[in-house]
Amino acid sequence: MNRLGKFAYLTAVYLFFYFPIAVLIVYSFNNSQYSLIWHGFTFSWYQQLFADTDLQLVAVHSLLVGVLAATFATVLGTLTAVSLYRYQFYGRKLLHSLIFILIVSPDIVMGISLLILFSTLKITLGFWTLLLSHITFCMPFVSVTVYSRIIGLDKNIFEAAKDLGATDFTIFTRVIIPLLWPAILVGWLLSFTLSLDDVIISFFVTGPDFNILPLQIYSMVRLGVKPEVNALCSVMFGLTLLIVLASQLALRKKQ
Amino acid sequence: MQNIIELKNVAKHFSDHQVLFNINLEVKNGEFLTLLGPSGCGKTTVLRLLSGFETPSNGTIIIDGKDVAGLPPHLRHVNTVFQSYALFPHMDVFENVAFGLRCKHLSQDEIEQRVAEALRMVKLEAYGHRKPQQLSGGQQQRVAIARAVVNKPLVLLLDEPLSSLDYRLRKTMQIELKQLQNQLGITFIFVTHDQEEALSMSDRVVVMHDGTMEQIGTPREVYEEPCNLSVAKFIGEANIFDTKILAADNKTLQVEIENKLFILKNRKKFTVDQTVHVLVRPEDLQVWSPQEVTDTQDMFAATVEQVIYKGCTVDLMLRLLSGKQLLATQFFNEDDEKLDYSTGENVWVNWIPGWEVILPHDA
Amino acid sequence: MMPDNTFKRSSIVAIWVWLTLFALLPNLLVLMTSLMQQGDNELVRLQLTLNNYWELFDATYFKIFWHSIDIAAVCTLVCLVIGYPFAYFLARTESRYKAILLFLVIIPFWTSSLIRSYAIVAILKTHGILNSVLLDLGLITQPLHLLYSGVAVIVGLVYSLLPFMILPLYANIEKLDIRLIDAARDLGANRMRVFIRIILPLTLPGIIAGSMLVFLPAMSMFFIPDLLGGAKTMLVGNLIQNQFMSARNWPIGSAVSIILTALMGLMLVIYWRISKNRKEQQGLL
Repeated sequence: MNRLGKFAYLTAVYLFFYFPIAVLIVYSFNNSQYSLIWHGFTFSWYQQLFADTDLQLVAVHSLLVGVLAATFATVLGTLTAVSLYRYQFYGRKLLHSLIFILIVSPDIVMGISLLILFSTLKITLGFWTLLLSHITFCMPFVSVTVYSRIIGLDKNIFEAAKDLGATDFTIFTRVIIPLLWPAILVGWLLSFTLSLDDVIISFFVTGPDFNILPLQIYSMVRLGVKPEVNALCSVMFGLTLLIVLASQLALRKKQ
Repeated sequence: MQNIIELKNVAKHFSDHQVLFNINLEVKNGEFLTLLGPSGCGKTTVLRLLSGFETPSNGTIIIDGKDVAGLPPHLRHVNTVFQSYALFPHMDVFENVAFGLRCKHLSQDEIEQRVAEALRMVKLEAYGHRKPQQLSGGQQQRVAIARAVVNKPLVLLLDEPLSSLDYRLRKTMQIELKQLQNQLGITFIFVTHDQEEALSMSDRVVVMHDGTMEQIGTPREVYEEPCNLSVAKFIGEANIFDTKILAADNKTLQVEIENKLFILKNRKKFTVDQTVHVLVRPEDLQVWSPQEVTDTQDMFAATVEQVIYKGCTVDLMLRLLSGKQLLATQFFNEDDEKLDYSTGENVWVNWIPGWEVILPHDA
Repeated sequence: MMPDNTFKRSSIVAIWVWLTLFALLPNLLVLMTSLMQQGDNELVRLQLTLNNYWELFDATYFKIFWHSIDIAAVCTLVCLVIGYPFAYFLARTESRYKAILLFLVIIPFWTSSLIRSYAIVAILKTHGILNSVLLDLGLITQPLHLLYSGVAVIVGLVYSLLPFMILPLYANIEKLDIRLIDAARDLGANRMRVFIRIILPLTLPGIIAGSMLVFLPAMSMFFIPDLLGGAKTMLVGNLIQNQFMSARNWPIGSAVSIILTALMGLMLVIYWRISKNRKEQQGLL
């Protein structure tokens, strides 16, 4: 296939990806409630959005869970990746497979399994169940991200560090984290995004008192296409864009 | 058909630099030709031009009498043995070797027969059902060779095929490859940076440097009569004396080396005042301890700086009074009274006149 | 100074405790629940039975399964057909903009599927963009009722899941040793043969990984059929959601989930078999 053909194909698929979102963003500035005809530029929907106090609370909930879940998941995930790489222990292969299974598992399977767990342990659904669930499903992604970076390191560094008298903990804090911080950061960002966007698992494990953005958006979009929703989605998309940019820049950093 | 391949005024440049300059080469049918040179000299590029993976920026390439411009690799009757072997990991040995034959849509019977024959030639008859990753490096290499020769190409191109083998295996494969070539009668074009390999296997050697072919000749010609300094230094070791011609006529010339006058044969018609390199190979230097010689008029006084024992030879690093360093290689020889030198010892050095090579100073 | 083993020990223990509690245990509970009976007040009566699985062989449930597999398969196929060439061109390009091009694929990958599905709704609905454009251009006289149909669901699924097909494929194709392609051409293979005999077999793990990441979510992401298919389209995901929320029949819901998990297990086994072979082969290169 000649270069022009390839170029055209790639462009077509990229357009396919971005056209609907572009439409969304454009219409979030449309000065009209229902019509598709362009009635002029307006910020009013965004103003409405940011003035909505209920929505603000929901957003705060999401951000809170996002930050906490990302942080804990990053810690757990990094420890997992490092342990898998450095240590031989009982059940190592099983752990490796388990991480992979967790990533491939459909969200709904995880969602209901956690629901049943919390129900069996008689824990009321709300902030804590949501947080614990988010940490659980984010952690494998961090693990994979960090692991793929760690295998690129020269194995001999660890031997050298041990030779010079470092304990495992020292190696972790003085060698591994400084070398891998881009991957760890990307892991955090990825977890944050996954937590912020999660619909299915959150659907099952959160309680009526603790609403989060994606579920709020879900109930809003079920009612139809509205400019406020367009604005909200555009904001979320913009946020994701910034996060992806940050993660790509972090990964670009050469050790 | 005398010349199976002809390269005429071939040049190749990539976007930022030129890789080959004005290459002219005629490859004789049935010969074992080696392209020899350091990394980056363009030898692999020549191979890729022949196999069709690159197109020349300039010039013509003729294979078997036909201009192959525009002809893609899979339509040329030329096969390559790649440096990394490039065996297909998802196919067993049989299927690897059969691949080219399947592309030609030969019958299953014929394929089986020819594959068996090819595997026999490389002594891997029993390995047909193994996967490449189950084989050793040497065995993989043989499969790569079998896979190429089974197609009975006009020319076989070998891109540093032995470079990843260990010393002993490499030596064995060199002999086997040469035998194989004799058996098949196919023209082999072999690329290497190992000059010993080139000298021991080839009918002719092409010494390349920075995109040009510096010298083409038999191994003996290239070693004993290098045409310039770059070739002389790349192949084997050399002791080089830079000097000016003091007097010259048709037969002889006179030079001063290390404050001694020498009269040497003027084979290349040098003239007075020309600057030249006088080259003496280490094995052509003779080293004498003071007791052994009486007439030291044409000899240099030297001190032994280092003795390097190599088993069948001894290398001596010698320092002349002027400070110049020489390398001499001594062979163990029953006739030689003394072959036991120690560092710091004073010796006399000379060479048999006529064994030197005189090169012009442009290189 | 901490004794050397403590860090290692505590890391491993922490990881295992967490995963056992929140990954292994819950799934075990799902299995157990699927073997129980629906109780009066919400949950279960502790009575083991295989009834739930028998019930699933009922025609209505069967239809839902079949429909789900049907739609998920179509979606996976479309993603493969669109995604493979894309991943291939992207992986093989030598453009200076390769990093940016990759970045442009990663953005949809990270963006919420909910938002992206909503965008499709905006385009496909009766008073949506597509219809307006087509009407304006005079290509149609009546708006197309695309929303709330199987087609819309597939479009929505493909739109959401395409990046999940592209990225594993890309990762796999990037690692393909180009010298193998050279060798095949050297031996006389034309482009078609090189593709079928060399490229396709060696990128098979990528194809399977991508297919898994598309097929399973396609069956189980309930909000896409919900938004785009309306009440008409019920897939496995919707079924499970329904059983857990409205019908409050957790045992049946669990049983369906177990079957979905079994399906995932099957695909994993296939993937592992094939990638084990390929891994041995990669060791060669």
